[in-house]
Amino acid sequence: MRGLLARRSLARLPLHASVGLIVVFMYVPMVMLVLFSFNGSKLLLFPLADLSWKWYAVLFADHELQRSIWNSVIVIVAVVPMTLAVGVPLAFALDRYRIPGAAFIEQLTLVPLIVPGLITGLAILIVVKRMGIPLSLWTVVLGHSVGWLPVVVSQVHARLRRFDRRLEEASLDLGANPWQTFRRVTYPSIRNAILGSSLLVMTLSLNEVAITFFLTGKDNTMPMHIWSMLRHGITPEINAIASLSILISAAAVVIALRALRSNEE
Amino acid sequence: MTRRADTSVVLRRWRGPVLVFGPPFLFVLAFLVYPYLTVFENSFYRVADYVVVRDFNFDNFERAIGGELYRRVLYVSARIGVIVTLITLPLAYLLAYYAAFVARRWRHLLYFLVVTPLWTSFLLRVYVWKLILGRTGLVNNVLTSTGAVDEPLSFLIYNQFSVCLTLVYILLPFFFLPIYTSLEKIDPAYLEASADLGAPPLRTLIRVIVPLSMPGVITGAIFTFCLSFGDFVAPALVGGPGGLMVSNVIISQFGAAFDWPFGSALAVLVLIIVLAVIALGSLAEKKSAGAVA
Repeated sequence: MRGLLARRSLARLPLHASVGLIVVFMYVPMVMLVLFSFNGSKLLLFPLADLSWKWYAVLFADHELQRSIWNSVIVIVAVVPMTLAVGVPLAFALDRYRIPGAAFIEQLTLVPLIVPGLITGLAILIVVKRMGIPLSLWTVVLGHSVGWLPVVVSQVHARLRRFDRRLEEASLDLGANPWQTFRRVTYPSIRNAILGSSLLVMTLSLNEVAITFFLTGKDNTMPMHIWSMLRHGITPEINAIASLSILISAAAVVIALRALRSNEE
Repeated sequence: MTRRADTSVVLRRWRGPVLVFGPPFLFVLAFLVYPYLTVFENSFYRVADYVVVRDFNFDNFERAIGGELYRRVLYVSARIGVIVTLITLPLAYLLAYYAAFVARRWRHLLYFLVVTPLWTSFLLRVYVWKLILGRTGLVNNVLTSTGAVDEPLSFLIYNQFSVCLTLVYILLPFFFLPIYTSLEKIDPAYLEASADLGAPPLRTLIRVIVPLSMPGVITGAIFTFCLSFGDFVAPALVGGPGGLMVSNVIISQFGAAFDWPFGSALAVLVLIIVLAVIALGSLAEKKSAGAVA
């Protein structure tokens, strides 16, 4: 058995190597962004000419960028409660009531996830223009809320399906009213699904460009500001922004994975 | 009299649920269903003097499918979608297989490494390829400074190759996730049973693991195709004129060209292709489920 295992692990060398190569393919670009964010010269060449914090200094002095980050924060703060307010009751309704065509409705709410974001954005743009609503951060909020609704609905619905309804019945039998039952019995078991999907919505919303593209007014979100920077030409300041965003995202993933994993248990 | 009592009972019974669940359903109707339908509606209108005229006609579709130019853009976009899906599939499968069956202790770390890029900026992950492949980018700088080439290579960027490479890089985690989820669900007892019955590992892989992971592969393929087919960031940043895709054309119709109805018609065609791929996918899934059973 041991000999067999040893032979197999040798035979698996190409497997180990190719997986290693794929991971390298995924991470070399990211590492490169971080390295070049400390590059003193504008030339992209190894070894780095002189290390410097200068692009971070530029970044912290860039008021337009800071305003766009602030705008993105506003959008996130509005989008997360919006998707929850719509998505959680929707997941409950789909789980609890025999609604005619419930499966179809659930599929409908998942549509924005699979359709190119650009089309979701332009669809809402046409409606918003028809209603005479001017483009602003609020139209961006509306677009993101529609776009990320599927995340909340699918996560919460998946959790509700595994939830044992007898616990609720027991709670009601023991004299708790429906609200108490929800708060003490149902909510604790879907809390992690809500937390995990909120975090997912936050990062998705923070990085979103396709839906935002048609819905943004004068106030730009951070990715839209970066988009306009990219269109004007490459500046190493973007490398500094990218490095910071990689750092923040990695931290968010760790937290979200923890929440979602305990959701699965 | 009794009927009135009945309705009031019904009203009382349903008032709570309707108050709680009504608004979310209205939201979905007003801002999800209605907008997509509006795109459809708009695609039959036309523009005259920068105003959308509600004059029902099929001209937009005729122009989109009949004209060589737009048909070609649709074809190129769909082809890029297929190529990206076919290249990403083996890479994602290898990673998922490794994470599910080989990695053991490193499983969580590998999962973390593959998934993290999904959470970082899409835009910046496209932009990085501009740094790598561009005329004054990393590859060309290394090649020219070492004397490997005299002139910077120009075929690295601003064509369909750079678009495909960038999209493979971006969509790999998207493809990985559903495959990994379906592999993780496979009961190890099946693999042991297959080995006990004398099947060599390769046959176990082909006869047991691959069929059981088909739902994940199909979901991943649908996602990868749809996301690459409809992308506009990669073609805009690393595509150049040769790598132009349908989303870029839609953007120009809603921007400079100011022909919303024609842009809507192109969007409807994209939607039709996306929905056809999804339908094809669920058909394939049913078939593979039947084969396993």
